Amino acid sequence: MSRIEKITPAPLLSVRNLSKRYGSRIGCTDVSFDLWPGEVLGIVGESGSGKSTLLSCLAGHLAPDGGEVVFATVNGPQDTLRMSEPDRRRLARTDWAFVHQNPRDGLRMGVTAGGNVGERLMAVGTRNYGSIRDAATDWLGRVEIDANRIDDRPSAFSGGMQQRLQIARNLVTGPRLVFMDEPTGGLDVSVQARLLDLLRGLVREMGLSAIIVTHDLAVVRLLADRLMVMKSGHVVEQGLTDQVLDDPQHPYTQLLVSSVLQV
Amino acid sequence: MTDQSYNFAYLDEQTKRMIRRAILKAVAVPGYQVPFASREMPMPYGWGTGGVQVTAACLMPEDVLKVIDQGADDTTNAVSIRKFFQRTAGVATTEATSEATIIQTRHRIPEQALTAGQILVYQVPIPEPLRFLEPRETETRKMHSLEEYGLMHVKLYEDIARHGSIATAYAYPVKVEGRYVMDPSPIPKFDNPKLSDSPALQLFGAGREQRIYAVPPFTRVVSLDFDDHPFDPSKAPHDCDLCGASESYLDEVITDDSGGRMFVCSDTDFCRTRREAGHAGRLGEAQFSSKKIANSFEGICPPTGDEA
Ligand SMILES: Nc1ncnc2c1ncn2[C@@H]1O[C@H](COP(=O)(O)OP(=O)(O)OP(=O)(O)O)[C@@H](O)[C@H]1O
Ligand SMILES: [Mg+2]
Ligand SMILES: [Zn+2]
Repeated sequence: MSRIEKITPAPLLSVRNLSKRYGSRIGCTDVSFDLWPGEVLGIVGESGSGKSTLLSCLAGHLAPDGGEVVFATVNGPQDTLRMSEPDRRRLARTDWAFVHQNPRDGLRMGVTAGGNVGERLMAVGTRNYGSIRDAATDWLGRVEIDANRIDDRPSAFSGGMQQRLQIARNLVTGPRLVFMDEPTGGLDVSVQARLLDLLRGLVREMGLSAIIVTHDLAVVRLLADRLMVMKSGHVVEQGLTDQVLDDPQHPYTQLLVSSVLQV
Repeated sequence: MTDQSYNFAYLDEQTKRMIRRAILKAVAVPGYQVPFASREMPMPYGWGTGGVQVTAACLMPEDVLKVIDQGADDTTNAVSIRKFFQRTAGVATTEATSEATIIQTRHRIPEQALTAGQILVYQVPIPEPLRFLEPRETETRKMHSLEEYGLMHVKLYEDIARHGSIATAYAYPVKVEGRYVMDPSPIPKFDNPKLSDSPALQLFGAGREQRIYAVPPFTRVVSLDFDDHPFDPSKAPHDCDLCGASESYLDEVITDDSGGRMFVCSDTDFCRTRREAGHAGRLGEAQFSSKKIANSFEGICPPTGDEA
């Protein structure tokens, strides 16, 4: 008889006391949370509340002043803030992905759609043109971009297409954690809805873990399992999305939810 | 300061030391771009100021200098650089590859295999191979230091996507000794195989961009490619019309106004040496240099027809 090992579930990302100041101004302060595998965490809050600052610190784009960001790497949990830069950059192009609000920040505008999707594959050592091409074609299909646009540059794409291309470019290597900063930001409402549908499909299908910054509660409702509410750099409330939205505890969250309902 | 006499070969003592240090560092780290404080030279950028400074720093009184421009010893650019060193260093010059101890070149590697003890100095316009896709210098430096070279393959991918094959024909990127990706200067990719495992020392000087890099003797240099689109040095499917050589890099030369053309070795010394040894091609008799009538492809030495 084999003994059944009890596997202790471990968070994918474990954040403790993360703080970032810009001089005397608070970016974000004392943020702690766990993200579990397959979970989508939404971060909401008004403009200037520290959402982007927090996300940038988590993803290693900004150096926080203090705290821990422990990621469950294939070699066990590691504090990414104390990793060597080469290791962190390797993580950023393999296990992690980052979707920017403005597709121009996340795409190479002078490179074809196929080259944009293929870049991460080439960065991790794929050296077969045919297989890069096949993967790019497959991914364009998955984000609903016609395969015959594969050799067009993103500058010839609409804003919604550019954003979908950016998502394809990020997901092609099967990252384990995706950071997104206002992925539906500067898009028309109808385009937003389509992108949200697509994102939701991908998240479910791939079992993605993700942290999504937004100030659109509809985005959160649709995508996020859990929700974190920020105000003036602090996390004022966190919990299951439905709970937080249906029964907000903090006065600021109550205001946020009610103001949405009025719209 | 300690030595009051004039320096040999144009450069002042301080500059010479600084450039020699940069060269030593470049040799120690093959393919790595070493910054140096490029000096004003009595010629405009684009005329080989980087190469001239490297050559001047290497020259010894007993050296024999050869200067070529796209393979030819007799273009305006090659002639003026050769004259410059005759005047400022008084060194012997030659057109024969085998006799030269230092060869300064723009856009070619001589056909004749180089030997131990020779130095080949390349004039480089843009030393950064990643510049095409990543204009930020801070970022390209980081990519080199962390060996993040995926972007280089994006460039080759784009080539194949647009042209069906890797269309890069000049300045074809290489990896040096399994470490640094390097721009070999705008030599035709036909010359790339000669970069590898050469007994000669190869030095690269970029004046405007203030970089020196090197491929020491017997260093492995590999042209980047894809498994299913392997590197192909490719060569025009012709023999030289003057000397009959089948293995040399050829220039296409327009011979008259009615569309007549011929193919001749771009390496004028190689072609002449073969003809003197009795080889002849389809039009074997002609005895002019190709470069004076060749359609220059870069415009630095535009064909005027009356340069001679
Ligand atoms: N580079 C910076 N220098 C100085 N202060 C900054 C910088 N970036 C952000 N801040 C400040 O930090 C605080 C948090 O900004 P952050 O951009 O993280 O907010 P946000 O929640 O993402 O806002 P938005 O919804 O408008 O994107 C704000 O007070 C902002 O002014
Ligand atoms: Mg923001
Ligand atoms: Zn010939």
